[in-house]
Amino acid sequence: MDPVTFLIQSLNGLQYGLLLFLVASGLTLVFGIMGVVNLAHGSFYMIGAYLAFSLSALTGSFFGAVALGIVLSVVFGLLLEWALFSRLYHRDHLDQVLLTYGLILIFEELRSLAVGDDVHSVAMPDFLSASIPLTDTLSYPVYRLFMSGICIVLAMSMYVVIQRTRLGMRIRAGTSNREMAQGLGIDIRLLFRFVFAFGVALAALGGMLAAPVSSVFPGMGSQVLILCFVVVVIGGIGSVWGALLAALLIGFTDTFGKVLFPDYAGLSVYVLMAAILLWRPAGLFGRA
Amino acid sequence: MKHSPPWLLLGLAALALAAFPLLGQAFYVELLAKVMIFAIFAMSLQLLAGVAGLVSLGHAAWFGIAAYTLVLMAPKYHPANLWITLPAAVLAAAAAAFVVGLLVLRTRGIYFIMVTLAFAQMFYFVFHDTGLGGGSDGVYLNFKPEARIAGHLLFDLGNSTHFFYVSLGAMAAVFLLLAAIRRSPFGHALDGMRANEQRMRALGFPVMRYQLAAFTLAGGLAGLAGYLAACQFGFVNPELLAWHESGNVLLMVILGGLGQLHGAILGAFAFALLQEGFASVTRHWQLPMGVVIVALVLFLPGGLASIAARLRRPRS
Repeated sequence: MDPVTFLIQSLNGLQYGLLLFLVASGLTLVFGIMGVVNLAHGSFYMIGAYLAFSLSALTGSFFGAVALGIVLSVVFGLLLEWALFSRLYHRDHLDQVLLTYGLILIFEELRSLAVGDDVHSVAMPDFLSASIPLTDTLSYPVYRLFMSGICIVLAMSMYVVIQRTRLGMRIRAGTSNREMAQGLGIDIRLLFRFVFAFGVALAALGGMLAAPVSSVFPGMGSQVLILCFVVVVIGGIGSVWGALLAALLIGFTDTFGKVLFPDYAGLSVYVLMAAILLWRPAGLFGRA
Repeated sequence: MKHSPPWLLLGLAALALAAFPLLGQAFYVELLAKVMIFAIFAMSLQLLAGVAGLVSLGHAAWFGIAAYTLVLMAPKYHPANLWITLPAAVLAAAAAAFVVGLLVLRTRGIYFIMVTLAFAQMFYFVFHDTGLGGGSDGVYLNFKPEARIAGHLLFDLGNSTHFFYVSLGAMAAVFLLLAAIRRSPFGHALDGMRANEQRMRALGFPVMRYQLAAFTLAGGLAGLAGYLAACQFGFVNPELLAWHESGNVLLMVILGGLGQLHGAILGAFAFALLQEGFASVTRHWQLPMGVVIVALVLFLPGGLASIAARLRRPRS
């Protein structure tokens, strides 16, 4: 592999890993804080992508669509938590799996009723559609760098919020001991509601950002969901930093797997997961 | 929890099923055979989820592996021999479950759900991406297997009446086998591990070995269902291993009631009934199905098998 190809693939791996982190971080937070396994998390990614598609047709601007989409997905998350997820906290995992599985069916069919089952493409903003030439034949699209940039900024802001603010302190307290945090006067119900809505918005934002690159198609939610599960399993449940590391590992493994072993590309990520499970059953940053 | 199944009702139901092909409704004979295959599949997961307390969201992997084993072993121009292909398919599924079980049984709870899902997805990609089984298009099974004894044809799975009775027999056999297992010391040990794993370990039970045995057995029985499904559909493709299949079979188990063996059969029938019913009304049958699932979780936490108990309980 020549250095330029290596650079391009590394940037692709980084971008893919960061995007996965964006989606998976919401999932791991909801696991960690609320103890809820949410199969419908991939649907939020799918909904985000379709929001980008419909809203950019409506508003005529990609960024307008993203801004509106984030607001809508936060509201959607708040409503969903209030109506359904808040009833799941004291139920066992099986009920959670079942209810969120039912939600996937509902969301997919509503999507099919609203926009059909066709594959759509979403136009990226003009000033991001250029490519940076690297050699005579190879270049790298600016939009992918932009995606990575957004994800890095978001990851850093999450770090600041979680580690350096009062809100973050409460979130961490809720993760490590829910009852104790409640006993100390933290309104866990409200905290849960906003963390959940935040996770929904992150997944939807991931879908919106990915829409111009990956196009918008019906099965995109479950594809991402399973990869997010792998991220959470490798990183350790509830650990945001574990999720970041795991997402990057998967991004690079998948990208280079496709280049080096094209026939077995789909498998590489799962082989990685199996190896890490053998080594650390609770994930890299998980508490055993 | 009540362990002994309602034998009288089940016997009557089995007799009614056995008499059904006499009515000559070819479409419903095939549909019922399909539902019975899914009942076997659901019972195999019941052993895992309901008895051993291991909720797997990757159970379709074993179903699909056995289906592929049959199709890949089957000769191109004449029917396969059931006595060879059936044990091979079940063993292949059980062997794969054994190897994966060694890994996934290191995890618990949410982890177990996610890891089983991820491994099933890995097998999905094995058949989807590699040239092993025709990629995403799958492979056709040209001739259905047949069973001969000393050259004499015993039954032919290409004949839908034969197939119906073989499926019914297989369902009854799996039910009796699992009912016997529940009553055996092995079954009681699994019950104990579901209730309190630490205590069973403290009592000296090799928990991992028991769970691995249950996981392997459940994989093999799911393989039996997959073998029959491949016979009935006449082709296999990676979608047999897709996680929607794992979700649907888990749904059947929970719909019928977790922990009750006959609940799995009830759940498979209820699922098929709902699916056929909704599909006859709308192309978007998954929408009402999803609503039913959500409502079920919110309002009927014990599954269908709990309705009888709820009705029996006097209202205060």
